[in-house]
Amino acid sequence: FNSYNEEINALNQAMDEELERDERVFLMGEEVAQYDGAYKVSRGLWKKYGDKRIIDTPISEMGFAGIAVGSAMAGLRPICEFMTFNFSMQAIDQVINSAAKTYYMSAGLQSVPIVFRGPNGASAGVAAQHSQCFAAWYAHCPGLKVVSPWNSEDARGLLKAAIRDDNPVVFLENELMYGVPFEMSEESNSKDFVIPIGKAKIERQGTHVTLVSHSRYVGHCLDAAAVLAKEGIECEVINLRTIRPMDVDTIEGSVMKTNHLVTVEGGWPQFGVGAEICAKIMEGPAFNYLDAPVTRVTGVDIPMPYAKILEDNSVPQIKDIIFSVKKTLNV
Amino acid sequence: MRSALSFLSNALSRISGSAGAQTVSELLIDLSEYASLMTPSELTEAPPTCAASLVSPAVASQPLAEFNAQVTFDLKPCELYLLETGPAHTTQLTRKEGLQLYQTMQTLRRLELKADQLYKQKVVRGFCHLYDGQEACAAGIEAAISRSDHVITAYRAHGFTYTRGVSLKQIFTELTGRRGGVAKGKGGSMHMYAPHFYGGNGIVGAQVPLGAGIALACQYQGNQQVCVTLYGDGAANQGQVFEAFNMASLWKLPVIFVCENNRYGMGTPVERSAASTSYYTRGHFIPGIRVDGMDVLCVREATRFAADHCRAEKGPILMELQTYRYHGHSMSDPGISYRSREEILEVRSKSDPISLLRERMLSNNMASAEEFKEVDTMIRREVEEAAQFSCSDPEPPLSELCDHIYSNEPPMEVRGTHPWSKLRSIS
Repeated sequence: FNSYNEEINALNQAMDEELERDERVFLMGEEVAQYDGAYKVSRGLWKKYGDKRIIDTPISEMGFAGIAVGSAMAGLRPICEFMTFNFSMQAIDQVINSAAKTYYMSAGLQSVPIVFRGPNGASAGVAAQHSQCFAAWYAHCPGLKVVSPWNSEDARGLLKAAIRDDNPVVFLENELMYGVPFEMSEESNSKDFVIPIGKAKIERQGTHVTLVSHSRYVGHCLDAAAVLAKEGIECEVINLRTIRPMDVDTIEGSVMKTNHLVTVEGGWPQFGVGAEICAKIMEGPAFNYLDAPVTRVTGVDIPMPYAKILEDNSVPQIKDIIFSVKKTLNV
Repeated sequence: MRSALSFLSNALSRISGSAGAQTVSELLIDLSEYASLMTPSELTEAPPTCAASLVSPAVASQPLAEFNAQVTFDLKPCELYLLETGPAHTTQLTRKEGLQLYQTMQTLRRLELKADQLYKQKVVRGFCHLYDGQEACAAGIEAAISRSDHVITAYRAHGFTYTRGVSLKQIFTELTGRRGGVAKGKGGSMHMYAPHFYGGNGIVGAQVPLGAGIALACQYQGNQQVCVTLYGDGAANQGQVFEAFNMASLWKLPVIFVCENNRYGMGTPVERSAASTSYYTRGHFIPGIRVDGMDVLCVREATRFAADHCRAEKGPILMELQTYRYHGHSMSDPGISYRSREEILEVRSKSDPISLLRERMLSNNMASAEEFKEVDTMIRREVEEAAQFSCSDPEPPLSELCDHIYSNEPPMEVRGTHPWSKLRSIS
């Protein structure tokens, strides 16, 4: 069974199925309805479900994120789209203080079943204010779940899981992945196909080094692994899928096998996802199995420039991953 | 003199660091204690009652059947914005309703005064924003809506927490941070919840879009319910409030925006923070009413009007309640650096909401002074019992520290303060 689906379709179908399954689910955000979505992720949904369930908002992130959270408190299951996560900064108080912390502050009296989704991280030529990765910022906060799919199957299964989850979930998509087709497994066809939040996936088995990544860079890791395999270096590539709660067990199990760890992410190095993985590995049993310090491959520690040559050199390239693996293995 | 000396020695030992944590707010607490030592007791006790002299002994000893079961009162007309007609100019009050409103307001008053005491005894910590003076707002609003409607407010929330059905015991015990608190001690003063009451919100203005969202859920579910969304004169200048106004109006959400204008945003009088202090007009395209927030009957009638407006699917409406708080912004604020003692005393003597209602009922022969006294005594006892309980209830068990992170989730591990501390979290 071979079926290829572009990631954008996987997201669209997942939302369509969840809207149909549960009438409390609805989508709100800028241009999601009549424009079919700024990036066309919600194409066709307004036509099918109408004004009540697919709501165009004014450009008022703080306001509509708050409205979405309030509606979740009162019994609905909103999907709140940020056109990009850069704009979520306008609304971050609602995400953290109104959504993430409420179940705890109320000692379980008030839950907030909401999904905040949208493209995250670098795009192409959109410059500094439109290119930030927010994985580390949101994953810092207890009470939130933070999910970062790589391929179409991830997108489908994780978005369904996020919508069905009774907690606030930050769902980080990647604009550059929207148009990429991926093979879908047969089981992913089911309308009840969900990928558990909090579980990483080993995309490629290996013995010499563990590569851990999320979102677009999982693909980069697999490409690097293919090149390295020709030189006899077998990389185990782990797709985090979920940033918080992070599946440390899978990483530890792999590191205890390969003795080497390289993390790869698009975000900035300081206080980032890779930094957290380093800390977690040091605190656990896998530390004693390391033959070398953990290496982080990250975005360059600068605001994103515009010119292509500059932008290309601001994010991890495949050659950077290959170089880092060899340095870590001391070859 | 002795207490002043002990205050000074406490303050000095705080400054010199020998008394443990020395935060600015703790010093302010001492300053406010000093201030209350130096000021007349009006600021910390119930307002002077002036009704007694109006009631003749003959009225006081009349049997029940002699009281008026129902009286029609004239109300101060509300200023209107974008409205042809407003709330009714008269209202009917039954004896039963009147006594209920009195009981509610007096309970709120005693609740806040007790909270003040507990805070000074240091069994209540952190922030404590008291509502005394504003009782007519919470009592009047609740009297005009039903339990199936929704209410959300900011951090001056004890009043609504009670009117929305949380018991005195659960409120005090939440304030003292014990396991019997409504939020099991996890929330404190600003984070108490009940069915259809969404707190208690600490971030100024954030509750306004939340309230519009709750109204969206009401509209979506077609249940004819409304959401009363309160904010203060300070929050009225928050951008997100205007974002909520825009969307509520566009989508005709059944939300009653209520600005509790108590004239001061923390230490800043309204004239210094707002280019327009006509808060009832600041919804721009949203109709507004300006209401005497010290008159519980005005508040009740205005809220009825507002709720009808929303239920008739006319969209949102804005009510400005002109009210006053006797305490400072919070327990760290003596409340006399930005307003005069004379002003506070004047409001207490001329506009106290509880006195206004009592006088009205007495002078219209709806109840006797004895009855009010009995209610007062009963409330004092209830409040005292609840406060005692809150001081003796045990603290939350440490084993529950990490509970309630996620809803509907299998138990999970949470990192403690160091890697060997592996704590358990259940939903």
